[in-house]
Amino acid sequence: MLFGIEWDTSSNLAFAISILPILLIGMWVTIQATVLGFFIAIVLGLVLAALKSVPLKIVSWPAYAITEFIRDTPLLIQLFFLYYVLPEYGLVFPAFLTGALALGIQYSAYTSEVYRAGIEAVAKGQHEAARALNFKSLRTFTHVVLPQAVPRIIPAMGNYLVSIMKDVPVLSVVTVLEMLNVAQIIGDRTFNYLIPLSMVGGLYLIMTLVASSAVRYLDMNLPKRGLPLK
Amino acid sequence: MTDPIIKFDKVVKRFDTLTVIDELDFEVGQGEKVTIIGPSGSGKSTVLRILMTLEPIQEGVVYVDGDMLWHEKANGGVKPAGEAHLRRMREKMGMVFQQFNLFPHMTVRRNLTEAPVKVLGMSKAEARERAEELLDMVGLADQADKFPHQLSGGQQQRVGIARALAMRPKIMLFDEPTSALDPELVGEVLSVIRRLAEEHDLTMLLVTHEMQFARQVSDRVCFFDRGKIKEQGTPEEIFGNPKEERTRAFLKAVLEGE
Ligand SMILES: Nc1ncnc2c1ncn2[C@@H]1O[C@H](COP(=O)(O)OP(=O)(O)OP(=O)(O)O)[C@@H](O)[C@H]1O
Ligand SMILES: [Mg+2]
Repeated sequence: MLFGIEWDTSSNLAFAISILPILLIGMWVTIQATVLGFFIAIVLGLVLAALKSVPLKIVSWPAYAITEFIRDTPLLIQLFFLYYVLPEYGLVFPAFLTGALALGIQYSAYTSEVYRAGIEAVAKGQHEAARALNFKSLRTFTHVVLPQAVPRIIPAMGNYLVSIMKDVPVLSVVTVLEMLNVAQIIGDRTFNYLIPLSMVGGLYLIMTLVASSAVRYLDMNLPKRGLPLK
Repeated sequence: MTDPIIKFDKVVKRFDTLTVIDELDFEVGQGEKVTIIGPSGSGKSTVLRILMTLEPIQEGVVYVDGDMLWHEKANGGVKPAGEAHLRRMREKMGMVFQQFNLFPHMTVRRNLTEAPVKVLGMSKAEARERAEELLDMVGLADQADKFPHQLSGGQQQRVGIARALAMRPKIMLFDEPTSALDPELVGEVLSVIRRLAEEHDLTMLLVTHEMQFARQVSDRVCFFDRGKIKEQGTPEEIFGNPKEERTRAFLKAVLEGE
């Protein structure tokens, strides 16, 4: 029994059917962690990218250093750090939040590079026109650069969404009951790993296919308005 | 000439070790239409870009409308201009770019209203009304809701002119406004600029390779060579009877190319 739901081991089919609701609860946690982690990644990544584009080295250099540090260390270390070290300093987050935060921070390093490439692809003349019209630099960034960068970066961001989804099982090491963790608990208790793990694989396939087609739909339906897309 | 609205005083501009503007002295009078001609790399665009504050200078002083452009007064002395000073100075000028540089994600109307509303604080209604007038003036009254990529190059450049005018500048800078256009579209843009030159007391500074056009619109033509004005005068003087060997060679080469 898990989450108050009993399983039926009388046959493989009955077992599969009985554990499906349990796995779906785990899947819901996986989806929530993905969405929250992705949200953190795209916001934090944008901040990092904006800092990196500042011409002052005192501002841009730390942003580069942070990105490089995050990229060159494993997700698991960051996760352990947030989960075990921060509480020593009085910062205690629930496991789920800690996990989503770790995912978000890890992927912000990647998304910031995507933003940066997208931002750098905006023609120099656009900055000059904005300057000639006396826009402030923040407005140039939000009203001229970003709207032109975003359509270019959606496919790459979509790939990271799927990657985050596939990294969520890492959170099981800090007790988050995401889908794979749930499947493993079921396996431990019933000595049947084959069926829950296969089902997790199948459910993952469905989730990633849905996510990537949603991204492709968005990409195809976003107005490109003559932007030169590579 | 009355007090010049633009004045370069021994201005030097370098890119690393390459001197692009070389102790340039240059004046433009209020309402004067001046064209700059000269070989590629002679620093023509750089002069406009210095004025539009897109390129800083290394030596000398530039004055615009009575104030220093790249410097400001500070307790008795002079210091490099800060962003606030540059913003005040930029309001006096508008620039039309070779590559148009319209905002591709905005409609034509928003290209014309965005800066007046967000920078000058004009009301939306007023900015829209003004946009209509300007579009009408450049012959694009019916294109306000289109996006730039839906227009021809000539139409885009006319929007570029209207966009710069929407900020009510005293000085208009044109950097080869027709060089990126197919030959059959050059005329429509030049005729808009010509009308602007005839009907308004705007000060205009144009870089162009269209010699016929330069002859028609300019009060004065400046021949640039290696970051300096090699020769200047009325269109009749420069095109009819150039004194300098370099000018003659340049004009000969250009006219043969046409
Ligand atoms: N950002 C830059 N970095 C280095 N050199 C530059 C830069 N911009 C311009 N230059 C150089 O400065 C010189 C003058 O350039 P400028 O664009 O003013 O010439 P121009 O007279 O407008 O020429 P063209 O007719 O080809 O447009 C050229 O030699 C050019 O290579
Ligand atoms: Mg040029």
